[in-house]
Amino acid sequence: MKHLLSVDDLSRDDIEMLFATAADMHDVQNREVKKLPALRGRTVVNMFFEDSTRTRSSFEIAGKWLSADVINVSAKGSSASKGESLRDTVLTVCAMGVDGLVIRHPASGAALQVSEWVDAAVVNAGDGMHEHPTQALLDAYTLQRRLGSLEGRHVAIIGDLTHSRVFRSNVQCLTRLGARVTVVAPPTLMPSGIGAWSAAAGFETSYDVDAVLPEADAVMMLRVQRERMSGAFFPSAREYTVGYGLTRNRFALLGPDVPICHPGPMNRGLEIAADAADAAQSAVLEQVSSGLAIRMAVLYHLLAGESEGGVA
Amino acid sequence: MPAPDKADHPARDTSSERADRTVLDARDISRALTRISHELLERNKGATDLVLLGLHTRGVPLARRIAEKIAAVEGTPVAVGELDVTMYRDDLRSQPTRRAHKTALPAGGIDRKVVVLVDDVLFSGRTIRAALDALADLGRPSAVRLAVLVDRGHRELPIRADHVGKNLPSALAERVSVRLSEVDGTDEVTIS
Repeated sequence: MKHLLSVDDLSRDDIEMLFATAADMHDVQNREVKKLPALRGRTVVNMFFEDSTRTRSSFEIAGKWLSADVINVSAKGSSASKGESLRDTVLTVCAMGVDGLVIRHPASGAALQVSEWVDAAVVNAGDGMHEHPTQALLDAYTLQRRLGSLEGRHVAIIGDLTHSRVFRSNVQCLTRLGARVTVVAPPTLMPSGIGAWSAAAGFETSYDVDAVLPEADAVMMLRVQRERMSGAFFPSAREYTVGYGLTRNRFALLGPDVPICHPGPMNRGLEIAADAADAAQSAVLEQVSSGLAIRMAVLYHLLAGESEGGVA
Repeated sequence: MPAPDKADHPARDTSSERADRTVLDARDISRALTRISHELLERNKGATDLVLLGLHTRGVPLARRIAEKIAAVEGTPVAVGELDVTMYRDDLRSQPTRRAHKTALPAGGIDRKVVVLVDDVLFSGRTIRAALDALADLGRPSAVRLAVLVDRGHRELPIRADHVGKNLPSALAERVSVRLSEVDGTDEVTIS
């Protein structure tokens, strides 16, 4: 593993190895000295060209707990806002001797493009509407810890599919681990061409939340991404909630052991009711701590060992 | 060239190399562990405040066996845990990424306890160096001791064992393999 750009690059064995490492990393969070020396002397740069709280701080803490030096570069306040091209910004930063580059960018495919320019290990922390592999890994890891195994379990992913990189990564990760996945969205937020993809990848699609929820072993709500919406995808927020939100009434239909995930940030009252978000079965905060463990595992596997093509 | 270390000579290959010479059989191993258990008790004047920490992979079952023997003698259970030093190794960079294992400390922790590190083979001493660093991040024991089943020499650091099952002078090129029933299905120490 040289880069982590897409879940598609990971075999089931790779995913299970990352989960096993993450389980070891999880214990570090409970220690008095939250520090492992594995990445001492390595430098990781977080380049975020889109707003982010949890992903950026999660990568930052993960790198620091592994003793790497972590530097944050955000588009606001960097040379990118003066009109520098992505390539120049990336090459400039990498010229400072960077070992790992964590990148989030609004353009789909940005991480792949960057990986072709630099020697550093590139981690895709979200590229446009394409992929968000660490989110998918942490979601699957959280569900696996809750459910024991994902083999044959039914996961419902509900919400704004069109704009969601989380859904695109999650479908691949969950099906690879043997889960049965049904994705639910209003017709306007169902990506075009999903019929052929779902047939090839082996997941199901539906427009009817109330038909899917009663048979789901886990529910994953997606955020309504207003910042990516240029047109009118639904008549009103209220109408979206009535049709596709995890409302109090729908929440009552779920079994008490059905975990509820949300990648955050949550629009409370829009796609998820507060009752569901704060319920005992909600896995939202567990997702955050799992995210830290998963990102430590990813950084460890990309950066700790001998670099490809020679001894570092 | 990576530093010689017992981890570079894994005991996993139970292949049919006929050059293997058995140095300790199951009964020898059991006797050595019994003696180490008694030495530990004598040195520590009982089993109070004793914590046995096995180093992955084969130190873990050895620590459990010693704990059982001590419990049989003293009549009280001894705290046992496992320690993974992968993240603290000094050769991480020169090898493909190693898989980490679990570190599990006993409920009472290690602060103000006498911690006995237990490992199968003492060779370069680099694993123990890593273990001492790992311990420092986990707490502050009142003392740290080292018990190993086999000391094969060739130290690269100023480290020595307090309790040794068998001193086994060996050539650098030789391979010392410890097999334990919990991991490998059989109890023996061979040199080849």
